[in-house]
Amino acid sequence: MSAPASLVVTDLRTRFGSDRVGATVVDGVTFTLLPGRTTALVGESGCGKSATALSLMRLIDKPGRIIGGSVTLNGRDLLGLSESEMEQVRGAAIGMIFQDPLTSLNPALTIGQQIVETLQAHRPMSRADADRTAIDLLTRVGVTDAARRIGDYPHHFSGGMRQRVLIAAAISCSPSVIIADEPTTALDVTVQAKILRLLHDLQGAMGASLLLITHDLGVVASMADEVLVMYAGRIVERADVDTLFHDPRHPYTKALLACVAGIEDDRSVPLEPIGGSAPDLWNPPVGCRFAPRCPVVQDVCRSQDQPLRRISAEHEAACILVEEDRMHG
Amino acid sequence: MAETSIATTPPPDTLLEVVGLSKSFGGRRGRTSGIRAVADVDLTLRRGETLGLVGESGCGKSTLSRLILSLLEPDAGQVRIAGIDFTHAPERHRRELRRRIQVVFQDALSSLNPRMTIGANIAEPMRLQGLGSAALRRTEARRLLGLVGLRPEHEDRYPHEFSGGQCQRIAIARALMLQPEIIVFDEAVSALDVSIRAQILRLILDLQRQFGLSYIFISHDLGVIKRICDRIAVMYLGQIVEIGPAETVCRAPRHPYTAALLRAIPIADPRRMRVSDLGQIEGDAVGAVKPDACPFAPRCPKQFDPCDKRRPALIDVAPGHQAACHLNEPEAC
Amino acid sequence: MSTLDTSTSIDAARADRGSSRARFWRMKSFARDRGAVVSATLLAAVVLAVVLAPTLAGVGPDDADNLARYAPMGTAGHLLGTDQQGRDMLARLLFGGRVSLLIGVVPTVIAGMIGLGLGLMAGYWRGLVDQIIMRCLDVVFAFPMVLLAIAIAGSMRPGVLTEVIAITVVLIPYFARLARTATEGIVPMPFIEAARAAGGTRLTIMLRYVLPNVFSPVVVYATTLMGLMIVVGSGLSFIGLGVQPPTADWGAMVAEGRVVLRRAPHVTILPGCAILLVSLAFNFLGDGIRDALDPRTIRR
Ligand SMILES: Nc1ncnc2c1ncn2[C@@H]1O[C@H](COP(=O)(O)OP(=O)(O)OP(=O)(O)O)[C@@H](O)[C@H]1O
Ligand SMILES: Nc1ncnc2c1ncn2[C@@H]1O[C@H](COP(=O)(O)OP(=O)(O)OP(=O)(O)O)[C@@H](O)[C@H]1O
Ligand SMILES: [Mg+2]
Ligand SMILES: [Mg+2]
Repeated sequence: MSAPASLVVTDLRTRFGSDRVGATVVDGVTFTLLPGRTTALVGESGCGKSATALSLMRLIDKPGRIIGGSVTLNGRDLLGLSESEMEQVRGAAIGMIFQDPLTSLNPALTIGQQIVETLQAHRPMSRADADRTAIDLLTRVGVTDAARRIGDYPHHFSGGMRQRVLIAAAISCSPSVIIADEPTTALDVTVQAKILRLLHDLQGAMGASLLLITHDLGVVASMADEVLVMYAGRIVERADVDTLFHDPRHPYTKALLACVAGIEDDRSVPLEPIGGSAPDLWNPPVGCRFAPRCPVVQDVCRSQDQPLRRISAEHEAACILVEEDRMHG
Repeated sequence: MAETSIATTPPPDTLLEVVGLSKSFGGRRGRTSGIRAVADVDLTLRRGETLGLVGESGCGKSTLSRLILSLLEPDAGQVRIAGIDFTHAPERHRRELRRRIQVVFQDALSSLNPRMTIGANIAEPMRLQGLGSAALRRTEARRLLGLVGLRPEHEDRYPHEFSGGQCQRIAIARALMLQPEIIVFDEAVSALDVSIRAQILRLILDLQRQFGLSYIFISHDLGVIKRICDRIAVMYLGQIVEIGPAETVCRAPRHPYTAALLRAIPIADPRRMRVSDLGQIEGDAVGAVKPDACPFAPRCPKQFDPCDKRRPALIDVAPGHQAACHLNEPEAC
Repeated sequence: MSTLDTSTSIDAARADRGSSRARFWRMKSFARDRGAVVSATLLAAVVLAVVLAPTLAGVGPDDADNLARYAPMGTAGHLLGTDQQGRDMLARLLFGGRVSLLIGVVPTVIAGMIGLGLGLMAGYWRGLVDQIIMRCLDVVFAFPMVLLAIAIAGSMRPGVLTEVIAITVVLIPYFARLARTATEGIVPMPFIEAARAAGGTRLTIMLRYVLPNVFSPVVVYATTLMGLMIVVGSGLSFIGLGVQPPTADWGAMVAEGRVVLRRAPHVTILPGCAILLVSLAFNFLGDGIRDALDPRTIRR
């Protein structure tokens, strides 16, 4: 088991395409994951959440690359490591649950082999021990009859079961940082509750830090300590979970929260998406990227980037209104 | 397609009937006891209706949808579309019927052909059906891309260049391509943020209103299910354990499993709910169910005497509302 | 990539440009793959050279110049020297290359196509078709490759055609196995199911969806085998079942040169290098083709 660690990300930038035509899908992202804490990352579909997660693991595929910033795990610069050193970090120190379960599992390996492979890559372990650990892990994530199903192939599993296989593989080496990209999208609420509690307990027991990417604001509310809101490649608001839900300051955050449909709502409540459409990252607008859709937009927003402004130690938002609110009292 | 079967067709506006569908996955050869993924399911879907399908992960929802789409051979039972037997229709006829029923698969990215551009992927159903000219198909694909909130000019890109939620919308656009009458959505909005989800739900509700489409909507998000579905069917270990009007099922569930599901929904307010408050069901679904016991009995908080002796039947508990639980039987009270 | 042309009026005009554009990116991606470009150029040069052999060589491959035996490379009139019988090495390399390239490429391509077809059918239709095809191929597979080639070649008149046929037959099961495994990996993928749901017939799905995914590994495998087959072909010639002396392919030249390795190393080294270079070039070319065919590795 690795010691509790903090992962510090500073001004991370990741780009797809060439220097001339391309999209900087992660554009100056800065945050810190602290031991024992859960940080949620939310934002519009396609805003760069998965790209951020993959950048932390240095798993951005070829036409894309990390063009700037730093990622340090306990003071160790991950972006400077060689590929073989990075392989030791992946899976062992940082565990990742990928968004698309089927493409992340090897179709030619059985479910058992996929987990055993991760285990044996990082720890000397006999095959029998590894098998036993794999069965134990699968049982913990709620796969029924794990001992028998360990010999099945990924396409024999249901969507949610595949997702749980990925979760089992990610936590198999007790990583000190867990990156979970939409870990419960295919799980019904009871299994989701079980998985969330499992992650929560792991975190309590090992002091691991958790980066949780999700669209389910209910999951955010129940799991997160801190929330990062991302829009078009940038972090636009950072706050502790209570503040975020009860005193959001960025217009995008407000609009997002307004879209939540709870179980209490009935059919008469209209479905209200945020007006306008997400900016094209290959051709981003000048100034604040939310400006074209912002209900309270001002002239400066359309010409100048809005940096994150401090509201309190725990709360930042990238909006000019923060400044104005401060001036008015 | 004028032929109609003489079978007992219930209400005249019934579009899809599922009768006694069963499917087991045998595991290794020579062993009969496999996984009963779908066990004797009956369903009907009316024109213009949305049926929600919820249930525990691995309970057989996707398998049921594959059976309905005739992508898997059932062990027993049949699916009728507008009275025509879809399951046993000859291949050529079945191909024609496929125009009327389309699907959005659960794993969006892997359901797109990685070697085709997204424009080609969306246009593919029409091409496979031999409909329209290349130019027409392309125009239509671009229109649909815009409709699901993506940029038509990105049609030349490949699926791996899109995010999870974008792929899901591409898959939705593809399902709309043939202008089907029935669409099966298998976790089709799970990777979308709340705003785009609202946009997509609005789109499919609009289409329903305009063209009277019928949907089967599989989702774990009960908020969404309740919002857009007319009726909800709850599945547990391959069986339907409760089915009824969305509003009633969510307000007054008549099966303990449904009740447990409703308790486990996280609420988007950190002051009201944290992880430890999420309702859980103790234990895990057991693989092999005793044939003469309620499948939910081992985990049921309200388990009582008859539960592991008799299997409860799906009985009427209110008009249009059925549940399979001994608690609903008159003698239980 | 311009994002300004969102109007739909130009849609129709653009309608048929999709595939040609994709082809353009493929070519362009291939063109940026330095290894593949160098290899393709080299192979093209080699092919051109052997085709023009009579012009380039000046002398015939069997014209022995008894006065200039063992001439080292760089000798006037014999640019690459001569062998122990005084035959011009350049001429022998060029004429030998004709046979070697033929033996390396033709059987691999034919076997690749047949094996691809058989493997595709076996993996896609499964059941009885699979059983029949694979059992038949297993019989062929059971014999050691070279032994089988010898047996086949031995039952016919020696010559290039015999060699080509023998090697083709021997290779088919290897390709069929590979294609079948690749097919089995593709068939359960959801996008195949999606095509079925849209009403794709079995044949369309096999040709449009499965084939392209199976094609790449087969191309890569074929290009790795080409070098090896040049050597196997020489082996057949060596034991008298392939092309007959004095016609020599590169492999036979290596074998002949062995005996004078000390005295005139270039007699062995030159054809050896030719085999090595051509094999490597085929490998790089195969990888380049695979990458250009796969959108995930196309570089824009
Ligand atoms: N390989 C790639 N080539 C080009 N663009 C890419 C590639 N991968 C991702 N992108 C683009 O980068 C942007 C960010 O993608 P990312 O997967 O990070 O989104 P996301 O925030 O995870 O969205 P979602 O919630 O839908 O999963 C998207 O607009 C996507 O189109
Ligand atoms: N091809 C197959 N071979 C063997 N078993 C299968 C196959 N397909 C599904 N199963 C099994 O059938 C059961 C039901 O699977 P299904 O995919 O229908 O579940 P689901 O309700 O869609 O679950 P989820 O919500 O997790 O997607 C699972 O136990 C699964 O492992
Ligand atoms: Mg993502
Ligand atoms: Mg499913």
